[in-house]
Amino acid sequence: MTLYEKSVAGRSAFSFGFEEDRTAAEACVPESARAAVKPLPQVSELDLVRHFTNLATMNYGIDTGFYPLGSCTMKYNPKINEHMAADPRLTVRHPLDDPMDNQGILQMEFELKESLQEITGMDDFTLQPACGAHGELTGMLIIYAYMRDHDVKRTRVLIPDSAHGTNPASASMAGFQVVTVRSNERGGVDMDALDKLMDDTVAAIMLTNPNTVGLFEENITQIAELVHARGGLLYYDGANLNALLGLIRPGDLGFDVVHLNLHKTFSTPHGGGGPGAAPVGVKRFLADYLPVPVVVCRDGQFSLDEKRPHAIGRMSGFYGNTAVLARAYVYIKMMGRDGLLATSRAAVINANYVKALLSPYFSPAYDRPVMHETVLSAKSYDKYGVTLLDIAKRLMDYGYHPPTIYFPHFPPYAEEVMMVEPTESESKETMDSFCDALIKISQEAKENPDLLLSAPHNTVVTRVNETYAARHLVTSHRDKKGA
Amino acid sequence: MKIQNDAHYAKSDEWVRVEGGIGIIGISDYAQDKLGDVVFVGDISVGSILKAGDLLVSIESVKAASDVYTPVSGKVLEVNHEVTMKPELINTDAFGAGWLAKIELSNLDELNGLMSAADYAEHRKE
Repeated sequence: MTLYEKSVAGRSAFSFGFEEDRTAAEACVPESARAAVKPLPQVSELDLVRHFTNLATMNYGIDTGFYPLGSCTMKYNPKINEHMAADPRLTVRHPLDDPMDNQGILQMEFELKESLQEITGMDDFTLQPACGAHGELTGMLIIYAYMRDHDVKRTRVLIPDSAHGTNPASASMAGFQVVTVRSNERGGVDMDALDKLMDDTVAAIMLTNPNTVGLFEENITQIAELVHARGGLLYYDGANLNALLGLIRPGDLGFDVVHLNLHKTFSTPHGGGGPGAAPVGVKRFLADYLPVPVVVCRDGQFSLDEKRPHAIGRMSGFYGNTAVLARAYVYIKMMGRDGLLATSRAAVINANYVKALLSPYFSPAYDRPVMHETVLSAKSYDKYGVTLLDIAKRLMDYGYHPPTIYFPHFPPYAEEVMMVEPTESESKETMDSFCDALIKISQEAKENPDLLLSAPHNTVVTRVNETYAARHLVTSHRDKKGA
Repeated sequence: MKIQNDAHYAKSDEWVRVEGGIGIIGISDYAQDKLGDVVFVGDISVGSILKAGDLLVSIESVKAASDVYTPVSGKVLEVNHEVTMKPELINTDAFGAGWLAKIELSNLDELNGLMSAADYAEHRKE
């Protein structure tokens, strides 16, 4: 029930203690405009508190349970991040304050930049981009600007067929023509295909490593050599850096530009569309192209450098989402070098542990060790009339958020695949119980498929008709009655 | 799996049926079955000139968004507006009412590069 449906005329959550005189206020608003605005719900304070408290209890998040949503890296966001980001010394500052009054924030941003440089092996960073795809666009615009100055005929960008959909979208938005590179049977870039495509019209190749199916790109050194030898650049999509912290640095692998999703690797919250942050790092020869402003330190003083003639411009109104950057800063300082290394090791071990437990029941897409996430197929349950969707719905009855289903769309022959990513946050006990639940469900599929077909049973909302919902969109309370 | 005998098929599961120099294009029954319930069919511009392999339209199912490529080159003459309003037609009648576009074929030789119904059945044999 929406708040509008709970509305009773005349009920209110506040009282001024005197009779309201609306005539003056209403005189300011023309009749036509007033008629167009639906009145706000009229409810008491208690109605309001109960409404939102009850809604909050229906929510499922990493703080309430295991959330193995593959590809999304739903790692725990330590509470100290929130505590520090809420510090008034941070929250009361304004980006238009004199930089001399914002030295603390600028120092934090400068130090975060330095940490990210060390973690990734890059020479410089911008903290401006406001989300992963925005970071990709920033990185590709930098490559575009560089090629415009050095080699204008390079207008194409190579992207593996396993890539996340944002890669081709970002390259295309930056002005490039996208060319798909085939993958080989081991899930990596097909070297012969790359060899044929990599000519003097190619500006760059965009790679994720580990790639979108959770596998380490084994030929990365050869790929980097080939692309560089023929005048192209390497773009690193940092979506899966969570598996590599302290183990390998993209800069050392030969990447020229990287973007990092702070909400995945550095424990900032996953937003429902934001605010986010995706710092972009570059090698020295590209540093002049970074968007303005850039945070710099001169004689112990921090400032925002705007005078950069080669810069691609400005990617956001101010210098990025400071409160998000602060959380990542706290996380990195708290974990330290050894902590970050332990994080990635645990993320990889956990994914392989889950894969080992579940492999007898759900066949892995690739017969090789995975990095931080694993792709498993439920195709063999077809014969019981049970789909992966039914298995995922049933998992909710056991109190788990289902893994990502029907993704990745790769390899092409993979059907009914789910992507499980436990992250480093989870204990062995949690992963054991989760795997036990999936194994039980695999038994139920054989013995009592109806239990799965009608699942979930124990949730606030039971099976929804997704097809009906998608075909008859109701996007607003106002449209509801007409539906 | 249903197969339409008088259609030509692409590896990526599109079919084209030729009637008097005009190609009617759709996706196969196999493809609709793999996609699941189709919930949205994008716009196709009448009059656009396409090369074989070009993107014809994106369609969305409850599982995924998928690109449909034209198996033949030519100019788009007509679009199935019915299917835009009722995407379920692709699920119920992929070879009939679920057609997507009619194209004026610019190169009939391209049909030789496509699969016959028998070859396609073999290609998608489970």
